[in-house]
Amino acid sequence: MTGESLMGYPTSGRFGEFGGRFVPETLVPACEDLEVAFTEAWADPSFRAELDGLLRSYAGRPSPVTECTRLSDDLGLRLLLKREDLNHTGSHKINNVLGQALLARRMGKSRLVAETGAGQHGVATATAAALFGMTCTVYMGEVDMERQALNVFRMRLLGAEVKPASSGSRTLKDAVNEAMRDWVATVEESHYCLGSAMGPHPYPWMVRELHRVIGIEAREQCAEILGGVPDVVTACVGGGSNAIGIFSGFVDTDADLVGVEPAGGAAIGRAVPGVVHGMTSYLMQDEWGQVMEAESISAGLDYPGVGPEHAHLAEIGRARYEQVTDAEVIDAFQLLSRTEGIIPALESAHALAWVSRDRAALAGKSVLLNLSGRGDKDVAQMMDILG
Amino acid sequence: MSATSANDTATTTLGPLETHLRATRDSGRKLLLPYLTAGYGEDWTRLLEGVALAGADAIEVGIPFSDPVMDGPTVQASSAASLAAGTTPASALDDIERLDMPVPLLAMTYYNIPFRMGLTRYASNLRRAGIDGAILPDLPLEESGPWTTEADAAGIETVMLAAPTGSDERLARVCERSRGFVYGVGLVGITGERTELAASATRIARRLKAITDKPVAIGVGVSTPEQAATIAEVADGVVVGSALIRQLIDHGPQAAIDFVGSLRDGLDKG
Repeated sequence: MTGESLMGYPTSGRFGEFGGRFVPETLVPACEDLEVAFTEAWADPSFRAELDGLLRSYAGRPSPVTECTRLSDDLGLRLLLKREDLNHTGSHKINNVLGQALLARRMGKSRLVAETGAGQHGVATATAAALFGMTCTVYMGEVDMERQALNVFRMRLLGAEVKPASSGSRTLKDAVNEAMRDWVATVEESHYCLGSAMGPHPYPWMVRELHRVIGIEAREQCAEILGGVPDVVTACVGGGSNAIGIFSGFVDTDADLVGVEPAGGAAIGRAVPGVVHGMTSYLMQDEWGQVMEAESISAGLDYPGVGPEHAHLAEIGRARYEQVTDAEVIDAFQLLSRTEGIIPALESAHALAWVSRDRAALAGKSVLLNLSGRGDKDVAQMMDILG
Repeated sequence: MSATSANDTATTTLGPLETHLRATRDSGRKLLLPYLTAGYGEDWTRLLEGVALAGADAIEVGIPFSDPVMDGPTVQASSAASLAAGTTPASALDDIERLDMPVPLLAMTYYNIPFRMGLTRYASNLRRAGIDGAILPDLPLEESGPWTTEADAAGIETVMLAAPTGSDERLARVCERSRGFVYGVGLVGITGERTELAASATRIARRLKAITDKPVAIGVGVSTPEQAATIAEVADGVVVGSALIRQLIDHGPQAAIDFVGSLRDGLDKG
């Protein structure tokens, strides 16, 4: 790399040619304020201590690394799972949300706005709002509200207002649109608690920093278990927050970094740059630049874009991105359940689907997989599919 | 970027849009800038001509985009319907190119449309269609360089949005970069009809008028002839979008044209 270190601070909000801050003028000062506030907070030992304390005592960190003995034998490789599924609220999302809620409080904001796909980020945000006594509005695509009804109920139970996004594809993309529109109108009292390492600067950087804890812990845990770094580090990628979190711990090693996208939402696989939701990144779009609707079995990955740092890592070749089909994901979901007694989130099952498919190429290697979430939320949907 | 101060336009050659709007303002007439969505409704170009004749001083034409984050439900609905009817940036510009409009036009769309088409090509396509101005509501000052370079070279006047959340220092920079006119955002929020005029509309108009001699038009939330007249006591004019599209959706093209006429009357009576 010339002039910038990988996964450092993105100057002018840019990761190579990706990133930036493409927002309505009304939001520019808020993005600038947020950047200043996070920069100061992140350098403030008392902020870090408070967040670390919450991550330990409330979220249950550090999350363990589990070595999969039976499945490793089946696949002919050495599979380790970073157990983000064991965090409070059931996924990695809580790392980001606790950090942003603390920051919002520090900035004097009393309301959190969020988008959610599968509902994991919405539940995490509603949880943090309850913890800090803030009001909370979560936007969720109508289609997703149906397939993740349980999470809708959880958010309401936690005191959040859940509003349907009923335009366009009525999934995550449209929930982001609605959350941004809300933020444009309420920017003075609201913090937009964006759920992935995407959106306008400083979000991709801030969200990555808040998930860096995954990579830091995993690096130490791998050193203990493997006596070094794994050969491969893999994670599913929608917006890409769990992947960027674990990649950040290994980007300076020899480990192969592999992100796994759904075939129906493969922004990096198609590699066409675009500008939406505040950022330049790879974007599924038609010849005119109209954003296409992603199609994935997993609501959390049902997104036509991707975080800009992943686009950058793909372009410079430091990470590669594979695509798996819904059918492969359904197999992987069952495989982990049966062999290890762990029901994964459909999102996380994407990474396993790739490992399973490419096991011949991975033979004998150590593979660290970020198990970003648990599958409780997906059981009803899988019951319909598997009958 | 030019080194002129906010109040000094002497070293910047004025484009046809700004020349027209300045002359209109200086003649004592308040500026009426209606918004229409390209490709929405049957025979939308006839509506465009009707709106021009009903008293518009320039017209903002929206090239529909799949994810319009600055737009409320009314403009969203017209964009979605237009896209569903098959409108593309090329078809919209082709329709416009065939017209002989009595007033200048501006193209409003989101940045991914020119980004995908290629900035040079988008600018020259606007030029070929006879469009003088461009509005890109998700392209703030800091990101605008690559586009404004192409737009300036092609003679397309890029109108910048100035929001109530901006500091005085920021508003001055926005005004300096804006061409054609300065689009003051009347409230903290997205486009849509409002029953009451936000106090912020007059406030942003006053702030902008204090720092620029470019024409200042206020949009977002301006919904009735009375509101338009109130704002125009301070601003040079108004942009009216959602309320006009609402007339079109509920009552059809003639009602929309009549509504523009009533806005004109409201502004003229002061």
